[in-house]
Amino acid sequence: MADRYELHEPSWCPGCGNYMIRTALKMALEELNIKPHEVVIVSGIGQAAKMPHYISVNGFNGLHGRAIPPAIGIKMANKDLHVIVESGDGDTYGEGGNHFIHGIRRNIDIAHFVHNNQIYGLTKGQASPTTAMGQITTLQFDGVKVEPLNPLALALTMGAGFVARGFSGDIPHLVGLMKEAIKYKGYALVDILQPCVVWNRVNTFSWYKNRVYHLPESYDYTNKEEAMKKALEFGDRIPIGILYKVEKETYLDRFDFIKEGPPLVDVELNPLDAERLMEEFR
Amino acid sequence: MDYSLIVGGEAGQGMDTFASLFEKAIKRCGYNVYAYSDYMSRIRGGHNFFNIRFSKDNILAIKDRIDILFALNEESVGIHKEKVKETGIIIADEKVAKEDNSITHLKLSEIASSLKNKRVENTVGLGAILNYFGVPIHIASQVIREEFKEEIAEVNLRALEEGYKLLDTRYPLQIREDDKILINGNEAVALGAIAAGCKFYCGYPMTPSTGVLNYIARYANEFNIVVDQVEDEVAALNMALGASYAGVRAMTGSSGGGFALMVEALSLAGIIEVPVVLINVQRPGPATGFPTRTEQADLRFMIHAGHGEFPRMVIALRDTEDAFYQTVRAFNIAEKYHIPVLLMSDQHLADGVTTKKPFNFKDIKIERHIESNIKGEFKTYELTESGISPRIIPGKIEGTTVLVDSDEHDEYGHITESAEIRTKMVDKRLRKFELLKEEVQEPWHIGDQEPENLVVCWGSTYGAVKEAVEKLLNEGVSIAALVFGDIWPFPTNKLLNLSRKAKKIIDVEQNAMAQLDSLIREVALLKSDHKILKYDGRPFTTDEVYRRIKEVI
Repeated sequence: MADRYELHEPSWCPGCGNYMIRTALKMALEELNIKPHEVVIVSGIGQAAKMPHYISVNGFNGLHGRAIPPAIGIKMANKDLHVIVESGDGDTYGEGGNHFIHGIRRNIDIAHFVHNNQIYGLTKGQASPTTAMGQITTLQFDGVKVEPLNPLALALTMGAGFVARGFSGDIPHLVGLMKEAIKYKGYALVDILQPCVVWNRVNTFSWYKNRVYHLPESYDYTNKEEAMKKALEFGDRIPIGILYKVEKETYLDRFDFIKEGPPLVDVELNPLDAERLMEEFR
Repeated sequence: MDYSLIVGGEAGQGMDTFASLFEKAIKRCGYNVYAYSDYMSRIRGGHNFFNIRFSKDNILAIKDRIDILFALNEESVGIHKEKVKETGIIIADEKVAKEDNSITHLKLSEIASSLKNKRVENTVGLGAILNYFGVPIHIASQVIREEFKEEIAEVNLRALEEGYKLLDTRYPLQIREDDKILINGNEAVALGAIAAGCKFYCGYPMTPSTGVLNYIARYANEFNIVVDQVEDEVAALNMALGASYAGVRAMTGSSGGGFALMVEALSLAGIIEVPVVLINVQRPGPATGFPTRTEQADLRFMIHAGHGEFPRMVIALRDTEDAFYQTVRAFNIAEKYHIPVLLMSDQHLADGVTTKKPFNFKDIKIERHIESNIKGEFKTYELTESGISPRIIPGKIEGTTVLVDSDEHDEYGHITESAEIRTKMVDKRLRKFELLKEEVQEPWHIGDQEPENLVVCWGSTYGAVKEAVEKLLNEGVSIAALVFGDIWPFPTNKLLNLSRKAKKIIDVEQNAMAQLDSLIREVALLKSDHKILKYDGRPFTTDEVYRRIKEVI
């Protein structure tokens, strides 16, 4: 390992969309001239969450659904690190739903790449929060009976400043999205559609391929109403690209001592500084 | 010279302010103070009270009987009347329980009205009571000036003066030099964390732990500390682990129910070997239990919480001074062994205010054990003889990255399913626990070296037990007490030593299942002969411990 990104042999299934997402991620980081030691990938549990093992960066492979809280802790502790969260739809929108919602409220400077294959892969084919109503799965044998969650609409409602959708089958486009998300000052969500070649027989590669289309250049990504319309467009046609992007104050900027000062990790510790606090107890 | 006062009334009647002014004025006279607040889980109404004891001696707990009752409503008279000594006095406004002849009625509300500020009624009472104990008015005035802003201070000072005229001095304190601080358990923990260089504290408000969060938040900007009010306690410990992984000292805290939500991440801390400090300010459970009351029923929970096997340290805090120094120690141990260190307090200690000599900041050492001269591929989990691997901060060494993993992993942190590596990694983690055993502190020892009666207790029962045992020693009883602070690993040397000649082991705990006793059976293969247990949500008074020990010896 040195100052370039090395890839390790993954345990993903052949044909899995994760390969393409990893390729795009590597290209995005390289094109941004970010060095491996400057990046931390935080993940939960699932096939997507194995990402920190397969590309040579700092990695925090934590618990299922819990990728966002440690990512926040890391960014607060060292604002100089590029913090990227990589996890699946089950991890992010299901088990970690509460952290997803409240993470958006903070608007901390993290790029969040959700590998959304609309199914649970590692646990063998159960419905995920984004599986369509009525879809037959290995568990919901007579069809899913709950409405799917719309992550982009939810993120927009919560006030996210960067909301995008990509497709693992369109690597050049995805690289562009990832670069914009990493560069964005604040919380950036990129929901990445990817096929699960083993467990999702509905949302296949060609299912996505036939539906996704690039948002036109004329599209105004600062218009929230338009963004919401695009977020709700998930059927015969699915738009990909940056749906919404505006500048917002980030969480770190609300702490003067972080905004103006060194990263917390570089602050010198001196117990005697606190001695004056005893005065109020006298 | 050992007095107790109870001030009681409804939530919202200003008892907190009265209590803190009274405590401070008494302390400034050079007296020791021990105050416990008993409150209900509501913001208005109900019945709350403070029991404030003060003495020239080093007092550590509350007593059964009191010398003065300041009743802010009629209900308080009924609840506390029986505790008032024959030599004692009940004070109330003339409108409270008018028919009750045992009350010394004072014109508190009338004076407050004449000062055109109804809220100073308690300050009139404060003046009366302080004069009853002969506290010089300049001491009380100073405390008022420190507490209130100018205009408010002025009207309170007038109220105080009027109050001084209402009661004659009956038990004059002998004014001595005051060199103490007055602090509660939550503040002491928070102060310890700040002194230890904690730069990240997150939590979800939960009584009785919120005081730690509040105190650190108050000074966060001044000390470059991020305080994050998290969405839930699940986020709390995960977030603290992220911050610690990235290189800052991180802590979280809650009460039992919140700690229950942290248990998943506690197990994560165990396998990723990222240091973290956590405090559980216990309250009675199960579930919501008694939100504002005290209990010591999480001992077994703290030792065993988390799936799988991993090393941890559990330290019970015994008083405010101990709370401060043990919190500092917790950070050093967490970073030396890369383990979670769990502090245990309880509502009794958290809200109990005590006088202590000022904490010594000069001797605090911050030991971080962080390497910087490592190159190339980094083994986060390098297999070493001690089980402790070198630690580096991610992002600080070009060409070197740090990988931590909740899956079983190899030395580099990569997922593995190898049987051989699995066994090696479990052994590595547990070797740290063996080392940790050398780190543990023996319990505090009070009393005889070869006692016939050996009392064992832990945490905040220290004060009540110490006073009770000292009283028995004075009566010629052969007795000693061991007060455990370090709970896990469990220190056994002193216990085995003292138990050798003891005829009786008496276990004193604030829980129903005698959890310390069960731990002693397990680790030291001893069992107690008598158990003095209390689980009504109220702290032991020193009289109760004395009485109940006396019954069994």
